[in-house]
Amino acid sequence: MLTLVGKRLLQLLPTLVFVSAIIFGLQQLLPGDPALVMAGEEHDPVVIQQIRQQYHLDQPIPVQYLYWVRGVLSGDLGESMRLKVPVLDLVAQKLPVTLQLAVMAMAFALVIGVSAGVLSAVKRGTWIDGLVNVVSLWGISTPNFWLGIMFILVFAVNLGWLPASGYVSPWEDWRQSLATTVMPAFVLGNSIAGVLMRHTRSAMLQALGSDYVRTARAKGLGGAAVVLKHAMRNALTPVITLGALEFGTLLSGAVLTEQIFTIPGFGKLVVDAVFNRDYAVVQGVVLVTATIYLVLNLLADVGYILVNPRLRA
Amino acid sequence: MRETRRVWQRLRARRGAMAGLAVLGLVAALAVFAPLAAPYDPALQSWSAVRKPPSLLHLFGTDEVGRDLLARVIYGARASLLAGVTSVGIALGIGVPIGLLAGTAGGLVDGFISRFTDALLACPFLILAIALAAFLGPSLSNAMIAIGVTATPIFIRLTRGQVLQIRAEDYVEAARAVGNPGWRIAVRHILPNILPQLLVQSTLTVATAIIAEASLSFLGLGQQPPAPSWGSMLNAAQRFLGNAPWMALWPGLAIFATVLSANLLGDGLRDALDPRAQR
Repeated sequence: MLTLVGKRLLQLLPTLVFVSAIIFGLQQLLPGDPALVMAGEEHDPVVIQQIRQQYHLDQPIPVQYLYWVRGVLSGDLGESMRLKVPVLDLVAQKLPVTLQLAVMAMAFALVIGVSAGVLSAVKRGTWIDGLVNVVSLWGISTPNFWLGIMFILVFAVNLGWLPASGYVSPWEDWRQSLATTVMPAFVLGNSIAGVLMRHTRSAMLQALGSDYVRTARAKGLGGAAVVLKHAMRNALTPVITLGALEFGTLLSGAVLTEQIFTIPGFGKLVVDAVFNRDYAVVQGVVLVTATIYLVLNLLADVGYILVNPRLRA
Repeated sequence: MRETRRVWQRLRARRGAMAGLAVLGLVAALAVFAPLAAPYDPALQSWSAVRKPPSLLHLFGTDEVGRDLLARVIYGARASLLAGVTSVGIALGIGVPIGLLAGTAGGLVDGFISRFTDALLACPFLILAIALAAFLGPSLSNAMIAIGVTATPIFIRLTRGQVLQIRAEDYVEAARAVGNPGWRIAVRHILPNILPQLLVQSTLTVATAIIAEASLSFLGLGQQPPAPSWGSMLNAAQRFLGNAPWMALWPGLAIFATVLSANLLGDGLRDALDPRAQR
């Protein structure tokens, strides 16, 4: 077991090296001299030379990369040019907001996606199955920023039930926090619910057709017991793993959702950074999200091995 | 040829896929013949018709500067379809040769390409596309490049996986036994056999690319004003939700219908090409 985890950890290392190279490479796409871009309005040659030295831009690219990696490894993701604060501080400040949104969205997606998927498999071929298929296609095909706008129109502008934008931390006022995040979390979880519905349905159909379910039925167990105790338990393992992997989709989706609902999270941070040409922040956000994704991937693999004894051998 | 006909027959039996194909065909026709189909010039402003609700004169209503929304939705199809198809073309053009190389070369080359693909896949799709578009500069063509590059690892991984599966088939072994060089086996014997899987993935990726283009345009990183695009129309609509909700309705519905159609067609194609996988 430990060797397997160790092996996966070792495989993670080269991937992380490539991730860092890609993110560093983004900077090389900037047209012109990066020092001039960083200097912004400043045209004083002395200042530009200082920037060049500070960021090692006067060194060859591989050397620049090594300096950058050394900084990242010691927790230095650079400094926001606009806000003049370390990128790591910004990330630490904004990440919890997005994580709250992502966890709520995942809860919505799991509850709706898994229950609808199980129902659809159990009622295969009926109108319920058809309806679940339509709903899952709707979830996958609806752009979440449009859904967000429509929700604001209905629930905030027309009905006045929920605030259209803003964010309150749960530590300040949990009710208000719930009111400001329930709509964006639902919008964010919508497409993942669609994906989970499909996967749960096919995993459940496979499980329901297997020998052990047939045996359980032959022993005289009732329908609900077979579905809940035997089929679902086995079918849900890959679905939950998939849920962990869909976290990347959640972070992507958060970019637009936070923009629409004016939530000061990770997504808003990256968009604001893009428009202010605050490239260190863009790089920092991509690096942190990719690392989170890879670590979740690893945890999903380990979890999969833990619940599936056959893989431990 | 007979196989193609059989696949077409199976596809025709799937109502969802045919509906998807019909809607995609209609959107493509509207995009190509936009000057004939659109009732007005999409850039024509009219200060006497600002934010007018749908009427006989303007079927979809007008926007904040009095432009006809139907004309803008029709012209907007150009940006969306162009972005969908071009990005997938870029992803196929880069991803398939690299995937073929990884699958046939094996060893260190495969290891290097696979880790690089893992790294690209680890960066969330839209965040990487936004970062790329931001570094390249905001324009529709840069957005297409950004989306295409971001979608490339999916095709590398798919092609590599398929190559590894097909490499062990008897006809590939036979081709190798008679002395065909590696590249010839890859192009002449392996590639034609993985085309169906690539076609399915391409159709589904067109759907993802259309949403991605709309997202980038919504953020101001795609199609630049005054040229119409569904994403930028939604961005403008957001400011007038209270008094002109129709501005947000039509471009959103257009994205939804197009993406849904591409997904339906992709699902149908997958089932038609692999009858064993039928649900």
